[in-house]
Amino acid sequence: MSEQIEQVDVLEQLTSEDYQYKYGFESAIEEEIVPPGLNENIIRLISEKKGEPEWMLQWRLQAFRYWQQMKEPHWANVHYPPIDYQAISYYAAPKRSKQPRSMDEVDPELRRIFEKLGIPLHEQEMLAGVAVDAVLDSVSVATTFREKLKSMGIIFCSMSEAIREYPDLVRKYLGTVVPPNDNFFAALNSAVFSDGSFCYVPPGVRCPIELSTYFRINARNTGQFERTLIIADEGSYVSYLEGCTAPMRDENQLHAAVVELIALKDAEIKYSTVQNWYPGDKEGKGGIYNFVTKRGICLGENSKISWTQVETGSAITWKYPSVILKGDNSVGEFYSVAVTNHRQQADTGTKMIHIGRHTRSRIVSKGISAGYSNNSYRGLVRINPQAENARNFSQCDSLLIGDKCGAHTFPYIEVNNPTAIVEHEATTSKIGEDILFYCNQRGIDTETAVALIINGYAREVLSKLPMEFAVEAQKLLAISLEGSVG
Amino acid sequence: MKAPILEIRNLHARVGDNEILRGVDLVVYPGEVHAIMGPNGSGKSTLAAVLAGREDYEVTDGEVLFDGKNLLELDPEERAREGLFLAFQYPVEIPGVSTATFLKTALNELRKHRGLQPLDAMEFMNLMQQRAALVKIDPAFFTRSVNEGFSGGEKKRNEIFQLAMLEPRLAILDETDSGLDIDALRIVADGVNALRSPDRSFLVITHYQRLLNYIVPDVVHVLYRGRIIKSGTKDLALELEAKGYDWVKEFAEVTA
Repeated sequence: MSEQIEQVDVLEQLTSEDYQYKYGFESAIEEEIVPPGLNENIIRLISEKKGEPEWMLQWRLQAFRYWQQMKEPHWANVHYPPIDYQAISYYAAPKRSKQPRSMDEVDPELRRIFEKLGIPLHEQEMLAGVAVDAVLDSVSVATTFREKLKSMGIIFCSMSEAIREYPDLVRKYLGTVVPPNDNFFAALNSAVFSDGSFCYVPPGVRCPIELSTYFRINARNTGQFERTLIIADEGSYVSYLEGCTAPMRDENQLHAAVVELIALKDAEIKYSTVQNWYPGDKEGKGGIYNFVTKRGICLGENSKISWTQVETGSAITWKYPSVILKGDNSVGEFYSVAVTNHRQQADTGTKMIHIGRHTRSRIVSKGISAGYSNNSYRGLVRINPQAENARNFSQCDSLLIGDKCGAHTFPYIEVNNPTAIVEHEATTSKIGEDILFYCNQRGIDTETAVALIINGYAREVLSKLPMEFAVEAQKLLAISLEGSVG
Repeated sequence: MKAPILEIRNLHARVGDNEILRGVDLVVYPGEVHAIMGPNGSGKSTLAAVLAGREDYEVTDGEVLFDGKNLLELDPEERAREGLFLAFQYPVEIPGVSTATFLKTALNELRKHRGLQPLDAMEFMNLMQQRAALVKIDPAFFTRSVNEGFSGGEKKRNEIFQLAMLEPRLAILDETDSGLDIDALRIVADGVNALRSPDRSFLVITHYQRLLNYIVPDVVHVLYRGRIIKSGTKDLALELEAKGYDWVKEFAEVTA
């Protein structure tokens, strides 16, 4: 409980104008507008604005050259009009003038959802971008918090800061899991990434709290081309939270993030996401296109990487958080709930690449489709020839609400070692009128009944989320499916 | 004399063009157990579904008062919260939702409707244990998903357990005896008998007289072609059993 209160205080302080002024890296570039379009000059400009060293610029330029050679992929089960990459502005400074002064000025629909989620007022204000005038203590909680991490040797800062302050670590690991030429969107991100999180946990250290961008200064307005790099050194542990349950609106339609995780020997990384970007209206207009490349590598023996995601937002989701199981006895996990409603489209899943011996992976995917939406699970389990005694278990469930939506499962299994044990289970179920009437007859209204069933269905995944997040995520699922029945 | 809990007057209902209830009249007082018997297709289950508020049926005429309120105006969940319970002939399975979670949600909805505070986890567990003992349900049921993988008999017992938990004022048992062997039938009947009280009424819908050996009704009605054509004491059920439904069909022809 005290941690929750602390968190709210931090939020309040992080969002105060004073605070941003004091620590803000953005202030210098605040009013500047970069013209739409993408070429080498734009990339030079971005790198210069961010005060990056030459090697970073060259890295970006190389990625840009790869990108120019690549074609946008169209194998996913999603459909959208062509994207004009030259019409996008690749460097957008925050628009301060549009900030609401109080919650009264915030869209009532947004406020209603905040209230349903039970988000504290301070947090609501932050999420809605309200300018909060808070009086700052001389020693802020956030500073105390950063000091504590620092004393343990944990580095947690923005990517821009890491490039300036910890160039050796960044150079050593950036692009090693998702190379700039990995895919079209990863190349684009590598060329133009705006900001993101950087985290390094030194050997033997167990990060005592859940790291989240809430605690990171300068966390806002980095959304469009976010770049995250997390390194857990030998024997360390870190749990990272990305996103939040509150609806996130953004003026940029195209989002292409890259997340790289590196777990060394005996290290564990737990990465949890709640993605609730604006999904567009009921006709599907105006939602975010979310093309994300997330990948982790279990580099050392006995290491573990666990992805947990709750995906409810975006018009289009294209996302396959994956694990390369290189170290012997390493473990990869993927737990996912993906909800699509109205005209949303999601093509999401994972890849588990078994290289090391005795590697184990577990996939639990729960798709929920409602309205006219389409929800696809796409997963690859590959057992390489040298991966002796590898094991995988996959559970892919689909839940349909109504009869206008679609659920699809595309499992790919490549086994190149006869000692492997690979199991795949899949189910499809439907919330039909019979179940709803049964609930109604017990005094439970339809909306509550759907929430009850969804939470039961998604429980195995939600239970992997940190406690407070799990409760909010549960409510979020219900809200995402509002009006999908009856 | 207390006011009736249920008053059905000239109730007509249909599915599509098919008129199934053609003028049902029935009055049930608090504490009474009424049995509704009738051959297949006579409208017994339709009557239960209409009272519970199933949308597939269209009420074309008549009225139903539940504790003096116009029942037909209420949504199914409002009827439940007012104290109407239907033990389903075919209880559905709800995957992933434990019986405990399901009943806690339901019970707290009912309590909210009555202006009561929700039960906390401890109070709820105690109540579950107490009621489970009353209807002889294994507490292992609590953590299992509602009806998932239950045998036919277990599903019916779970219905009676829910009845015991939700404490309705009127419980409609829709062919609860169907598919039960004699032992299961006795357990279900014992549960119902344990729940009989001066404030609670039962509408026991059954095809066979067998159940009424165990749940002894105050009144027996015969429903035929959407109408109650004969009412009597428990002896009527025995007479029906002995003479068959053809015997009462004659009444229908006389009164038609």
